[in-house]
Amino acid sequence: MSFLMLQSLTKRFGDTTVVDGLSLSVDKGEFVSLLGPSGCGKTTTLQMIAGFVEPSAGAISLNGRDLTRITPAARGLGIVFQSYALFPHMTAAENVAFGLEMRGIAKLQQVKRVDEALALVGLSGFSDRYPRRLSGGQQQRVALARALVIKPDVLLLDEPLSNLDAKLREEMQVELRQIQRTVGTTTILVTHDQGEAMALSDRIVVMNHGRVEQVARPTDIYRAPATAFVANFLGKTNLLPATIAAGAASIGTSRWAADGMMDGVARASVRPERIMFGDSEGLAGTVKARIFQGHHWLVQVATEAGLVLVIAPNDGRAIPDDGAAVLLTWRAEDMILSQSGSAA
Amino acid sequence: MSAKEIASGGHVAWLLAGPALLLFAGIVLVPIVMTGLLSFYDWGPYKGIETVFTLKNWREIVTDSYFFGIFLRTFRIALLVTVISVLIGTPEAYILNRMEKPWRSFFPVIVLGPLLISVVARTLGWALLFGSTGLINVALVRLGIVASPIQFMFTETGVVIALVHVLVPLVVISVWATLQRLDPQIENAAISLGGSGFTVFRRIVLPQVMPGILSGAIVVFALAASAFATPAIIGGRRIKVASTLAYDEFLNTLNWPLGAAVAVLLLVGLAAIIAGSNRLMERRYSEMFR
Repeated sequence: MSFLMLQSLTKRFGDTTVVDGLSLSVDKGEFVSLLGPSGCGKTTTLQMIAGFVEPSAGAISLNGRDLTRITPAARGLGIVFQSYALFPHMTAAENVAFGLEMRGIAKLQQVKRVDEALALVGLSGFSDRYPRRLSGGQQQRVALARALVIKPDVLLLDEPLSNLDAKLREEMQVELRQIQRTVGTTTILVTHDQGEAMALSDRIVVMNHGRVEQVARPTDIYRAPATAFVANFLGKTNLLPATIAAGAASIGTSRWAADGMMDGVARASVRPERIMFGDSEGLAGTVKARIFQGHHWLVQVATEAGLVLVIAPNDGRAIPDDGAAVLLTWRAEDMILSQSGSAA
Repeated sequence: MSAKEIASGGHVAWLLAGPALLLFAGIVLVPIVMTGLLSFYDWGPYKGIETVFTLKNWREIVTDSYFFGIFLRTFRIALLVTVISVLIGTPEAYILNRMEKPWRSFFPVIVLGPLLISVVARTLGWALLFGSTGLINVALVRLGIVASPIQFMFTETGVVIALVHVLVPLVVISVWATLQRLDPQIENAAISLGGSGFTVFRRIVLPQVMPGILSGAIVVFALAASAFATPAIIGGRRIKVASTLAYDEFLNTLNWPLGAAVAVLLLVGLAAIIAGSNRLMERRYSEMFR
């Protein structure tokens, strides 16, 4: 039996259903991200796990114990809020110690555990600082230490990195992952940033309109998005119309094997970085624009099947100029064909 | 911008602030200075006011225990009113702030009600309630809570109750404004760490609204110490406070210089107490005043 179980969790506010029958099971020690655009219900889901929002239907259980009717204070979960929500009138050490105090832990033991927690997040020398005297990244670390010091069964992270600048965010991603591996706490992260979800998670839950679109490992979800929404939300993708006839798919001028597909129309999805410029065969097109991005080029190619985006590495090979005629090709396994009626 | 332009900018600033400054000087500073000067003049029942410099009035106030008693009572009433208003107003604001939609706009009107009623009508209303055959006493006696009517009229208790009634809204407004600036997630964070409702209020919310409580308390203290109508009607002649004393000196005894000295002492005392407590609180809750 899995550690944290959400069973057809549903939340309605008036007539609008914010979370619609969400089921998920999380293993002990796993890092799972809830990913989706704003308003997809991911934060509401987190708040239901935390106990701040009461589900309209469904159940939450942790380690076999039903959490649904338990108060937030008694759930024993560690939460890092988007605004960090540090207590402004307490020092970093007092902030971290609060949860231990509430648990009636002896003063001496408190001091030791607070020191350990602050050391874990790399803030050993900052215990007497007030939150206002700490940078955004440091406040973030105090919030993390405060959530982890109570040794929670589950750590809930609500967009924890969204208030940091890009460079700091990347550093914190690496650090967050390391800390989570060290302490081994089961973690649920809510984010709208696909990069963050892919960098941190063991599994990603992609949500849209309160429903789960796909649950899979980051590499799998990127390689084989289950729906067009997932494909578009996680990285860039090309969606091309294809025609299936006699076990073959044709996209513009190119032909692909399509075993087991019905005759008719289909949609092909190909990641831009998997498309290469071919020599003799492929989808014919003309370069409309090319944009230099440092370690790669973005090339827009107008083809019979529509505008195709190609990401070409800046590895010394020549990149076709604007207006040049090119052939686009990719390996069959890099393309996902789906037919209407099925998921796409 | 060149140095010259900045300099002329200074002139413009003075020019723009000028009218308000003149008005302030005319209606605030000048009367205070004149009252201050008046307190050093001499006065006699037959000679009236004499424009000579004397410390007679001040010596009388400082040495006569009658005046000391009145000032002590004034500040005792003000302090009691402030403490009670804070004790009632702070939780009241917290509850109001957590109310749901329809009540959230309805209850503040009730809370602010006392401020909307004329001071004389409100105080006379209290006089009706307080009397020995008033509603409060009749109810208490009928319910068997007390054997004989409690004396509210012409007592400090009555003055304190009537002042608290009208001044509590000021604490509520001030604390409420501070509460609305708080991050609601901070409370959730404390709850998630295992804090019970009361602990969260006392340890997390209260220290954060301290600036609001302090500014509310200062306003209440100042208004309670200088209140006139309520102590005059409820307290009557028996419970004299500084403001009714000054009034009597000015209009009954016609000893303006002594009345002026009382008024100036009240002003100075208030300013000193407020500045002192402000200092103390700002040091104690230094992180919340940044």
